Amino acid sequence: MNTEIGALTTVFTEFYYWVTIPLMFLIHVGFCMYEVGCSRHKNHMHTLLKNTMVIPLVTVTWFFFGWWIYWALPGGPGITGGLGHPDPSFATAYTPWGESMAPRLDDRISGVFWAAFLLFAWTAASIVSGAVIERIRKVAFFIIAVMIGSVTWSIDAAWGWHYSGWMVEILGYHDAYASGVIHGIAGGCALGVLVVLGPRLGKFRADGTPVDIRPHNPWLVCIGIFLIYTGFWGFYVACNVPIIDAATIGGQITGDTLTATTIYLTPTTLSAIVFNFLMSLAGGMLAGYMVSKADAFWTYSGGLAGLITASAGNDLYHPIQAMIIGGVGTVIAYKLHFWVERKFKIDDAVGAVAVHGYAGFVGLIIAGFVLWGHPSSPYEGFAEITPWGQFLGAMIMFWGLGFLPAFIVAKILNGLGVLRIPREIEILGLDFTDSAESDRARQELIDAQQSA
Amino acid sequence: MSTTNIETWAVDLAEVTYLHPFVGSEGLLAIVGIVLWLGWHVWQCRFESAQYELTIRDHATDENIAKRLKEH
Repeated sequence: MNTEIGALTTVFTEFYYWVTIPLMFLIHVGFCMYEVGCSRHKNHMHTLLKNTMVIPLVTVTWFFFGWWIYWALPGGPGITGGLGHPDPSFATAYTPWGESMAPRLDDRISGVFWAAFLLFAWTAASIVSGAVIERIRKVAFFIIAVMIGSVTWSIDAAWGWHYSGWMVEILGYHDAYASGVIHGIAGGCALGVLVVLGPRLGKFRADGTPVDIRPHNPWLVCIGIFLIYTGFWGFYVACNVPIIDAATIGGQITGDTLTATTIYLTPTTLSAIVFNFLMSLAGGMLAGYMVSKADAFWTYSGGLAGLITASAGNDLYHPIQAMIIGGVGTVIAYKLHFWVERKFKIDDAVGAVAVHGYAGFVGLIIAGFVLWGHPSSPYEGFAEITPWGQFLGAMIMFWGLGFLPAFIVAKILNGLGVLRIPREIEILGLDFTDSAESDRARQELIDAQQSA
Repeated sequence: MSTTNIETWAVDLAEVTYLHPFVGSEGLLAIVGIVLWLGWHVWQCRFESAQYELTIRDHATDENIAKRLKEH
């Protein structure tokens, strides 16, 4: 900050990331509206509060250990490097007592980076929140939210969403806008919890056929998804490094051209991602409208699924490729959702496993074929993008870091008797207590006034 | 005397680092923060369990359950 150009570059970069934070806040607002719209009247406040409390819980734990995990584990540890690979000073600086985790004049951007990544962590936890509404206990969900938001997501980002992540180096894993590292893992996590949690009472008839529990307020659901679309712009922009030169990257790129890059420091442009954001969203909406026979819920969800499918390669795709890939992913996610529901009696209340998990998984594999041979990194010795590298990456994201830890934790919570609400509460309604207490308080007031 | 490392702004800003008070207490602050966070989970679990127990005891009558089941 001691030269004008240095100050301008610093302020631009700070502001660039800072703007993404309030935009991504809208994703959380959208998820809350979407979930409440999908829940029944008697469960509104529980549904709302469950997702809202992701904000403080993931924030404090992201400060305590989530951000440190991201900087400590890119090498595995023990796969391509030790703790803090490639520069252990970063991991040391990002402990909760570390020098970069406090306000200081010689470090103007660590807090902004921390917050941008934190908002991704909220999103991961919030995706799971929707799938499990109307029967999970808050204590269980809060533990699972911290697990995915501040532990497993952070591990997967270190491995596959870091310029030195071992998955990038060995597998050539490429996931520029987080098909797998956010959506795949969150979908897998939701499925792992759902398998143990079981369906809502009344979701399946005695003969096993599913009952369609419709959103009580489709309008709220649609506004919610509109807000998620809006917040997604911030999400995409936050995934890029806005401006960097070859010398700072320190890889194989030559010349003096400044460029935007992905999180892997591979060159792209803001123009590319704007094209592809809108075209994959459009492809998903068109496919969702068609495959669901003009169902509003699945048309909106199709937009998200399209975007999520194409996100892995939206730094590089041609816009028409992005549109087609978005459409293909949406159709697969929609079909899989209903097949899994019928076959395995999985009650995913908002279609989160499909829209995020299946679409993200499929998107990674498609990227492996369409971007086959493209360099995954500017650094020498890193593997190129391949279908098998992307498939292994998808397996690690969805099953390894998504499904498996969630299944184990849900099993433990279930064994402790704190995973699912009591049957009576599910029937009476999760908000019943609030109403009963206020009725009792009102009656006591009336009694007191009468006796006076 | 100042709780921060800064006692005057008559300094070269290039030499200023930390701004917060009680520099050196970050480790202790981290321990306090983590204890508060874990304590919150314990409190929330107990509160939620007590709430459900109370509701079931006071309101889960056969009549109430039958009435609510129709609306479920």
